[in-house]
Parts: sequence; structure tokens; C-alpha cells
Amino acid sequence: MAVTVKTFASASEAAGAISSDRSARYLGGGTLVMRALNEGDVSISTIVRASDQALSRIDASGPRITLGAGVTFARILGERDLAFLHAPARSIGGPAVRNMGTVGGNLFAPNPYGDFTVALLALDATVALQGGFGARDIAIEEFLQSRERQSGALVLSVSCTRPANAEAFRYRKVARIKPKGGSVITLAAHLPVSGGRIAGARIALGSMAATQIRAKAAERALEGRTLDTANINAAASTAIEGTSPADNALGSAWYRREIVGVHLRRLLSGQE
Amino acid sequence: MSKTPLQFRHNGRDVAIFVDGGANLLVALRELVGDMTPKFGCGQGGCGTCSVLIDGELHLSCLTLAETVAGHSVETLDGLKQGPNLHPLQRAFADNFAAQCGYCTPGMLMAAKALLDRNPSPSRADVIEAISGNICRCTGYEPIINAILAAAGGRASA
Repeated sequence: MAVTVKTFASASEAAGAISSDRSARYLGGGTLVMRALNEGDVSISTIVRASDQALSRIDASGPRITLGAGVTFARILGERDLAFLHAPARSIGGPAVRNMGTVGGNLFAPNPYGDFTVALLALDATVALQGGFGARDIAIEEFLQSRERQSGALVLSVSCTRPANAEAFRYRKVARIKPKGGSVITLAAHLPVSGGRIAGARIALGSMAATQIRAKAAERALEGRTLDTANINAAASTAIEGTSPADNALGSAWYRREIVGVHLRRLLSGQE
Repeated sequence: MSKTPLQFRHNGRDVAIFVDGGANLLVALRELVGDMTPKFGCGQGGCGTCSVLIDGELHLSCLTLAETVAGHSVETLDGLKQGPNLHPLQRAFADNFAAQCGYCTPGMLMAAKALLDRNPSPSRADVIEAISGNICRCTGYEPIINAILAAAGGRASA
């Protein structure tokens, strides 16, 4: 079925177009919307695009970084200042998908995709949205919890604070197909240290619920403590709390529950 | 539904077609330009056999909205041949038995070209990474990896 394609010069015009038309979808890199069209999704009758350069802007010079929603994973891999995000960016697709897939689109990618969003959730990112109501910033956790209701708004950018050092941010994607495949589980941990103790622990999981979620019990097990074996084991033993994984072709819910603690232990221990 | 005029460079020559709204580049290339070398595999971005180069960058044509290539350069497997001669990558694929059913070969060759254009002396790990988005169900990948390394001049190491 042919659809109408509308291209706008500004992101705000594009946001207006998608907020006023329930059958409109914003086209970023194409890996979600074009796939839906190829599969015959008749709920999409309008494709909205924006040529606004602001959507592809990267600001990585300071302690807080901002990625335009249209920034591709290949561009992130080309930025030395974004080295802490290279592991999650590299874990996505093959080179073609990384040349196309965008930061903004990844926020909407269903299981077993959306790996980059797991990293952003652990980094407590903020999502800048433009809707018919105007522009606003929203915490990524809140955004993910209300993701289905965000389809009438346009994501402009995502921002987060740069981890203090390489040790403070860890990422692990478990996949059956090497070197690339959909996620069985994806894990990310941001563990800032203050005065020798973890302060503000954030652990995020992908493919363990309908959207990416935080492992809050595991975070509590680490908060105010050091990253020693006992505390790592305590965090790993609680990793399953609050999760609701589903069966899919890559793994059963049972299998995911069985291995999430194992992989969190490995992530926190720095094991390969 | 009206059609949209679309002009772009296809393997070094200008083409002008009319596409339906929402048509993907793979359909445009195969049905409107007549270039049957990019193949339809999964339509989901998972197999890589529709891979083409857009301005030298590897893309999946099945997930590319056709009208986004207006004014851009699109290279397909059909553009690799050099007159009556095979491209060195094609020659290496033949010499290394890198194709069995051949359905993945167009995408493999374009992924390999994207790699060698950027990195003429790839390591084996570089090659594996470069074709990680392309699925082959026949060869077990080893002959393909060997072919790409051979085309690169055998300068690579593991």
C-alpha cells in the first residue's frame, strides 16, 4: 500500500505533523518503519521526515554529552570523545545497520533490539521531546515506561553525563550468534565512586521485560558499598527481581531468569 | 496515489524514475531501474543480501526509503564488473568457492567492497566484522572470508 511521505525542514514542523495524525510515523534510519511497511503494516499511512541538521548534531566536548536523535551508530563509533558508548554502538547489527540505525529510533526498538537504550538507561539519560504541546525533557526511565504513548511526539535528542572513567561504565550483550545477533540479555552498569564507595549505582537490563528496565534491587545491593566479591554476589542474586522476561526464538523466559544473575556477576567482576 | 519523481546516480549513470510513496530502494532498483543484482531476502534488515552502497556507505536497500537517495550515488553489484572482466572481489569469490547457492553473494560482495574501499589491508577479524550483517546458509563463511582476504592481496593476518 502506498503511503504519503512528508518532508519538513524543521523538527518542530515534523513533530506537528506526527502529533496531528495517528497514522503518521517518523522515519529516522528506516530500520523500524521501513521494516513495518515491508511487513504490510497498514496502520501507517504517512511517513514524516525532517531534514533539520539539529537532529544529527553531536555535542561531546563537555562533561554532559548530547546526541541528536538522528545520529547513527556508525557516527558514534567515529567519535573518539564517545569511546564509552562504542561498546553498545558496536554491539548493534552489522555495518549496514549501524550506518542507518539511529539513537532516537533505538528508543523505540522492541525486544530483542534496543541495546543502545540499555546503555542510555544505565547512564540516566534525558530524552528531549517535541510534541504538539511544545518541547520538554523527560527522564529516560519515565520515557520508556510511557513509550507506547510517545508515538505522537518526536524525539529531538538524548543527553547524559559522561562517566568519570572507563571503569565506571560497563556494558555486556549476550547473543547466540557471533559476532552479531539479537539480544538474549543486554546489561549495562554505571557505578560512580565517591570516597571509595559506589554512589548512584545504575544497572539496566534489556530483554528482561517489555521495555528496558533498571535492576533496582541490584542497585540497592551496591549502593554505598565497594565493588567486592560479596557485594557483587549480593547484587547478582537480586538481578531477577522486578523482571518479566518473555519467550522468544533466542531464549525462553526461564533461561533468561537463570542467566541474568550470572551475567551481571561477570559484568560487575570485569570478566569477559 | 500519485507517484514521486526520483533522480539519482546508479552505478555511475543518472537515472530518473517515478516511485510510489513509501517504496523501498530495493523495489525501485529491481522493478523500476531493472537492476536485479540486489536481492530480496528478509525485508527486515536481518540478512544483508539487499546491501548496496549509498555515497560509498553500506546500506540495506530494503530498509531505505527510495526517495531518500534523490541526488545521491547508489552502487550495486551490477556496477562492480569492469567491462568483460570480473572485479577482483568477484574473481576471488569464484577462485575460493565463496558462493554455493549464490543468494547472499550480492550483499557479501558489496559489504566486502565497503570494507576494502575503507581498509585495503583488513585483518581476518575486520573481515568477519564487515560481513557480520550478511547471512550465508551454505558456505559456513570460511570461503567468503578467505576470498575477501585474497582480494585484499593476502596481506592480512589473523
